Amino acid sequence: MASNDPPITPELIAEHGLTPDEYAHIVKLIGREPSFTELGIFSAMWNEHCSYKSSKIHLRTLPTKAPWVIQGPGENAGVIDIGDGLAVVFKMESHNHPSYIEPYQGAATGVGGILRDVFTMGARPIACLNALSFGDPGHPKTRHVVAGVVAGVGGYGNSFGVPTVGGEVRFHRRYDGNCLVNAMAVGIAEKDKIFYSAASGVGMPIVYLGSKTGRDGIHGASMASAEFGADAEEKRPTVQVGDPFSEKLLLEACLEIMAEGCVIAIQDMGAAGLTCSAVEMGAKGDLGVTLDLDKVPCRETGMSAYEMMLSESQERMLMVLKPEKEKLAESIFRKWGLDFAVIGETTPSKRFLIRHGSTVMADLPIKELGDEAPVYERPFAQSVKLPVIDAVSVKPPMSMADALEKLIGSPDLCAKRWVFEQYDHVILGNTVQRPGGDAAVVRINDGPKALALTADVTPRYCEADPFEGGKQAVAEAYRNLSAVGSQPLALTDNLNFGNPERREIMGQLVGCIQGIGAAARALDFPIVSGNVSLYNETNGRAILPTPTIGGVGVLDDFTKSMTLAFKAEGESILLVGATEGWLGQSLYLREVCGREEGAPPPVDLAAERRNAEFIRMLIRDGLATAVHDISDGGILVALAEMTMASRIGAVLESPAAIAAHAFWFGEDQARFVVTAKNAEAILDRAGTAGVAVARLGATGGSVLAIAGERPLVVSDLLARFEAWLPAYMAGAD
Amino acid sequence: MKSAVLHFPGINRERDMARALRHISGREPAMVWHADTELPAGTDLVVIPGGFSYGDYLRCGAIAARAPIMQAVRAFAQKGGLVLAVCNGFQIACEAGLLPGVLMRNAQLRFICRDVYLRVERSDTAFTRGYNAGQVIRVPVAHGEGNYIADGETIARLEGEGRVVFRYSSPDGMVDPNWNHNGALNAIAGIINERGNVLGMMPHPENHVEVAMGRTDGRGLFAGLVDHFQKAA
Repeated sequence: MASNDPPITPELIAEHGLTPDEYAHIVKLIGREPSFTELGIFSAMWNEHCSYKSSKIHLRTLPTKAPWVIQGPGENAGVIDIGDGLAVVFKMESHNHPSYIEPYQGAATGVGGILRDVFTMGARPIACLNALSFGDPGHPKTRHVVAGVVAGVGGYGNSFGVPTVGGEVRFHRRYDGNCLVNAMAVGIAEKDKIFYSAASGVGMPIVYLGSKTGRDGIHGASMASAEFGADAEEKRPTVQVGDPFSEKLLLEACLEIMAEGCVIAIQDMGAAGLTCSAVEMGAKGDLGVTLDLDKVPCRETGMSAYEMMLSESQERMLMVLKPEKEKLAESIFRKWGLDFAVIGETTPSKRFLIRHGSTVMADLPIKELGDEAPVYERPFAQSVKLPVIDAVSVKPPMSMADALEKLIGSPDLCAKRWVFEQYDHVILGNTVQRPGGDAAVVRINDGPKALALTADVTPRYCEADPFEGGKQAVAEAYRNLSAVGSQPLALTDNLNFGNPERREIMGQLVGCIQGIGAAARALDFPIVSGNVSLYNETNGRAILPTPTIGGVGVLDDFTKSMTLAFKAEGESILLVGATEGWLGQSLYLREVCGREEGAPPPVDLAAERRNAEFIRMLIRDGLATAVHDISDGGILVALAEMTMASRIGAVLESPAAIAAHAFWFGEDQARFVVTAKNAEAILDRAGTAGVAVARLGATGGSVLAIAGERPLVVSDLLARFEAWLPAYMAGAD
Repeated sequence: MKSAVLHFPGINRERDMARALRHISGREPAMVWHADTELPAGTDLVVIPGGFSYGDYLRCGAIAARAPIMQAVRAFAQKGGLVLAVCNGFQIACEAGLLPGVLMRNAQLRFICRDVYLRVERSDTAFTRGYNAGQVIRVPVAHGEGNYIADGETIARLEGEGRVVFRYSSPDGMVDPNWNHNGALNAIAGIINERGNVLGMMPHPENHVEVAMGRTDGRGLFAGLVDHFQKAA
């Protein structure tokens, strides 16, 4: 065993993010002081990012099974069966800390990482989504972060050659020092050709593939497991640099050797690089792993074992190959100009043995590295319930027309064209519904089957009531998928929170997970993959709790997908779902009244299911001509979006029983706007289905006309909707 | 029509292009690897598709222009063979000397993906015979470096010889800076070489070829080429 240089001191242990108790456990586990390399390996395996030590016991409560789930959480990505012998492989993952420190590369490598997770399992990526949360537009760094993150997401995905078809963008001061970049990738594979990470067989060659190992990203996972202080900039060297060109080659080479039947097990080198991937392959296969670091392709000379084991250089894979196919696999990798090296083998010993030169640098029990990682049942405090805001107590400070104009020109509701036009969203020629609708629709191969994809969460609801907010995120994804006519199948969750060692933050995490679980159970919408990002805090202030939900639905025929644009003049506009006029935590209250207050809208899961099923039936039976989910901004914002997408106006009746501002801008859940040629047919069915449906008005003209209000010219609304983001990014404050 | 689609590492619209060719010509194109030195025998049309050849890590297209297969493509073009170069392909064709000029970064310095309108300037080329002169088509662009420029003399020649075949325009065919998303000189979206057998264009006709996907404005280009070879045969 290598002698220790530097010596293991309490300071060094703390620098590795390990507590004294965790270190004591390591010493007990291996019966001696760890070597420096071993300390690095433990810190990589036991940090929050890799071990889920604060969230694990709560994540176990989530529903992850359904007859159509092929693989739930625990692999590189989740896998579901969509019939016809095909499977969808998908996952969402955060790259928050790196993206704030170095926006372009942080976001780019976030996209690269999640794409690798998907094609590692044998799937060809067909779409990406991105959920981005930025600081207040007035914060001096926000514009720089937005520009870099968006360019980075585009820079990687565009070059790799996958369409980025959807997502969301929000601004709030609570993300000032800590933006969120949640990237989702979706791929298609043949159902019986999914590849997993568990190694099998003793004495099998372990092969390193892809790019060379450099000194970039060392301790990236540990960095992502700590709060930021004023020294965030100094952490730039921990951010990796992306190379989408190499990743594209890696994709093609991996799919080619998989098709040739060369692969027994495969694991991408993501967080904690070689360490995490090798341990996972061995531990899952009940095998030991021996690595000879002299064989690792390195970008620079003189790299130590410690550096090689902790490097997070991108675009690398570890595989166990069938020995008889090794030469074939090597020739395929060489053809694509990628590195290929046998760097070790599987052993019966269940030890993780690392050699460098003639020295053993680490000799650790492989199962315990993962299984014995600390699991914390951290104390938590439930969030205090906030009072329900009585709509009557909210005095409208302006007319409905003025409020609508203000809302659709606000940072959270304005058009995100400036963002999605930097993403190639048409490559592969399968994008049926482009960004801007309720969910993106992407055809599979030559169709007619297609996927609907969405990413959703309303962080202000989650902060006000974590349980209801968690439910709402799932329900909104379910609604969005239903609004385009797809059957929602499964979701991936990306849980972004602050420091779990604080009781109130832990309370948010626990509450949101419970809410997500409740909704997923009620809607038959299982969680098949996910990622947890904690310690999203800067100088002691946490982000808004942001459990992003990535939803996947399937359409049997993409030509039947529904859009939100009005289709013709003179059609009836209907409201599906019950309205009380819930103003607590609404964007109306925040943007128009300047108040961020109250309890968020409650989510009635039975109504969510019933109403969404009703909508899917209307679409299937050809009764609806346009459908739009009602969410941020309420009914009137949804209607404005439908007019702007079609340039067709609407004449709207005013509500009788509810105060106008609460009716038009309340954010009650489980609702949709629907248009129809024949309203009676829908009203008839609504009675049978027990769904509340009311008439809102009719389409037509070129203005949005609300009874008793100044008429709004659709083209003026559109100009306002499109104006804010480009002007902001151009530097006009 | 027997087509060959060049495949450089980092190219990523080769599948889109192959699908469009298959749909419209009814024939599967050959995929030709960058390290090859010969085109398949009997090739009618060479297509250089879009993407990020070699990562575009030098100048866009500069490395691909020097790939082994490009010798064969130059010889093919010299003999009058038809070459369709789209997006990164256009950049490669310029770098390879098949077409004059260069594609600079978009004027706004950002990648742009959106549908644009193109005015078809001529219908008497092998590539545009499927359209009418003056017709406006709608096709997507997806590029960061599509801002066409050349020296004054070259531009004067291109314009004088009618070698600008596609121009960015408004939906009603007016050339207008508001409808020129990348700032290209004279709103140039596509040009042909002197002999008229090499077309370079930034937009992606191959992404608008199916009714089911919404628009079919790109079909005319491929259908025209099929027609060209049928007439020739």
